[in-house]
Amino acid sequence: MRFFEYQAKNIFDRFNIPIPRGRIALNAVIADHIHDELKTDVVIKAQVLAGGRGKAGGVRLAKSSDQVEDLSTEILGLTIKGLPVRKILVEEAVRIRQEYFLAIVLDKDRGFPLLMASKFGGIDIENAAQAGEKIISLPVNPLIGLLEYQVRTVALAIELPKEFWEEFNRITISLWKLFCEIDADIVEINPLVISENNGLIALDAKISVDDNALFRHPELIEYYDLDVEDRIEYQAKKFGLAYIKLSGNIGCMVNGAGLAMATLDLIQDQGGKPANFLDIGGGANAEKVASGLKILLMDRRVKVVLVNIFGGITRCDEVARGLLAVQKENNVELPLIVRLAGTHAAEGMNLLQQSGFIVAGTIAEAIKNCVLISKKSKRAS
Amino acid sequence: MSILVKSGTPILVQGITGKEGSFHARAMLDYGTCIVAGVTPGKGGDWVLDGKIPVFDTVRAAMEATGARTSVLFVPADQVADAIFEAIDAQIENLFCITEGSPLQDMMRVKAYLRMHNTRLIGPNSPGLLSPGQIKLGIIPGDIAVQGNIGVISRSGTLTYEIVNMICQSGFGVSTCNGIGGDPLLGCEFVELLELFEADPQTEKILLIGEIGGSFEENAARFVSQHITKPTCAFVVGRSAPEGRRMGHAGAIIEKRAGTAEYKMKVMKDAGIRLASSIEEIPALLLSL
Repeated sequence: MRFFEYQAKNIFDRFNIPIPRGRIALNAVIADHIHDELKTDVVIKAQVLAGGRGKAGGVRLAKSSDQVEDLSTEILGLTIKGLPVRKILVEEAVRIRQEYFLAIVLDKDRGFPLLMASKFGGIDIENAAQAGEKIISLPVNPLIGLLEYQVRTVALAIELPKEFWEEFNRITISLWKLFCEIDADIVEINPLVISENNGLIALDAKISVDDNALFRHPELIEYYDLDVEDRIEYQAKKFGLAYIKLSGNIGCMVNGAGLAMATLDLIQDQGGKPANFLDIGGGANAEKVASGLKILLMDRRVKVVLVNIFGGITRCDEVARGLLAVQKENNVELPLIVRLAGTHAAEGMNLLQQSGFIVAGTIAEAIKNCVLISKKSKRAS
Repeated sequence: MSILVKSGTPILVQGITGKEGSFHARAMLDYGTCIVAGVTPGKGGDWVLDGKIPVFDTVRAAMEATGARTSVLFVPADQVADAIFEAIDAQIENLFCITEGSPLQDMMRVKAYLRMHNTRLIGPNSPGLLSPGQIKLGIIPGDIAVQGNIGVISRSGTLTYEIVNMICQSGFGVSTCNGIGGDPLLGCEFVELLELFEADPQTEKILLIGEIGGSFEENAARFVSQHITKPTCAFVVGRSAPEGRRMGHAGAIIEKRAGTAEYKMKVMKDAGIRLASSIEEIPALLLSL
């Protein structure tokens, strides 16, 4: 789960990491109102989950009421990397003396967190790294936690003036606490700046939380923003299904991510186009299968449905029951091809005999069939 | 011989009274796996699976009573780290974690703890291990495979069943089939299991099933070129995956160019591993090795 900048700053504030004063606005009138409250120049920032907002014109300085209204309207009309801007953050403009990069990232290849920092803040840090600019990164032992000497090592490496070391230590330790407490896999301040008022302040904030750990953070659900995700993806998430929208017209439901990926590869090799990735997971019951099928049927682009199950922990008769339940409830009009193998496959196929679904004997046959149908219906439509 | 365990190895099942735990413990028992005890905190003293298997409150008590050194774990994701730590502290030698959806930070702490102990963790999110005719641990359906000389390792469950089933129907047999797990943070990588297959006399050829994301396949390729003398082939899924999106498996996300199927296939090819471009090609490829 990723957070908008304003949400991440809200969390920073809870952990006493200093942020500029400001608020979120949905339109230019509110933006101007916030500008009045702050009684200073403001920065207006597009709230989208994409990098490169500055380059796209999504971060602008406004010095007067007129400017605030004009720029707010302009930014709210932008689409950045395919994402429409629906909210803007209006906050006090901070005069910058020096910018740094500071982050804690869970390194998935090595299995431990890294404390990362650079004296080149405020820029696209990945490009900076490629350009050979120095980023210091220190592994943190997760059983011990971040140590103060490590923070000092970083402060020295990024040439932070000594008068800011104490504050830097406090902020970095807070960032570590935040990282652990909300089960983040990324927390990033880019830039962390020394302002002309001689204080450290987080001008931007990025947080990503591990989806697997959301069950122990009910407090984060309030940050969940419908704008972030597609309506169908949102529904799938509610049912506990792993769903990703793709661009084709073959709706796919598979158990297991590996088999699902193999199925999509096969469809593509045969010249077909999958409409989605949908993994119903291990041990799905009839109800979960039914909600999976409903999700596929919600998608109007879908011309044919492919259900590919190799039962291990999942029982094929349960899958069949789920499919039949949807058919009974709202009559599936699209051609639906089912291929069942593994645990209770024979029972499952028996249940489907009278269903009108097309039962395929092998994965190859099922895919050939559904690619054929998807191409025909394309011509018809 | 199977790798890691063998026919008759005494097995504990952590979470034996849960829905998944009891269903699959019975399937393992039916297959002939020597399950000697279950562990469920608070249910010590019960007998399950038709009164044949005693349940203990702690892993240590179960080990002391039965001598078991291997455990299969079906504990729900919100308690899985605790159960793994308990098994490590009790000095379980081989721990198979079937549970899916473990929080990353829990696993990061588990991995750090494992470095200081001798327990070998397979998983989490592993389908377990199957040595046809000998032993079955976890959730791999027992009837999909016959005994033979192909060692199979993979990251996924169902895709592995599909492939194992197909190669067995084509006349091959399997020595041991083992899933390392679909998560990004795992106890064992391909490398550790490749080493065991190299030493296993029953295994003559190795089939590795990889997928996008992470660098397990790249590490395996390096290891194969330096240390594996047995003919090795591979199949990688996820060619059609969009970049930056997570495809179900937490592990299956392409974060950089390095994690793509094309890149992995290239690295493996360069390391001398023969590659199948589709599932159907695998039997012919195994035959030609």
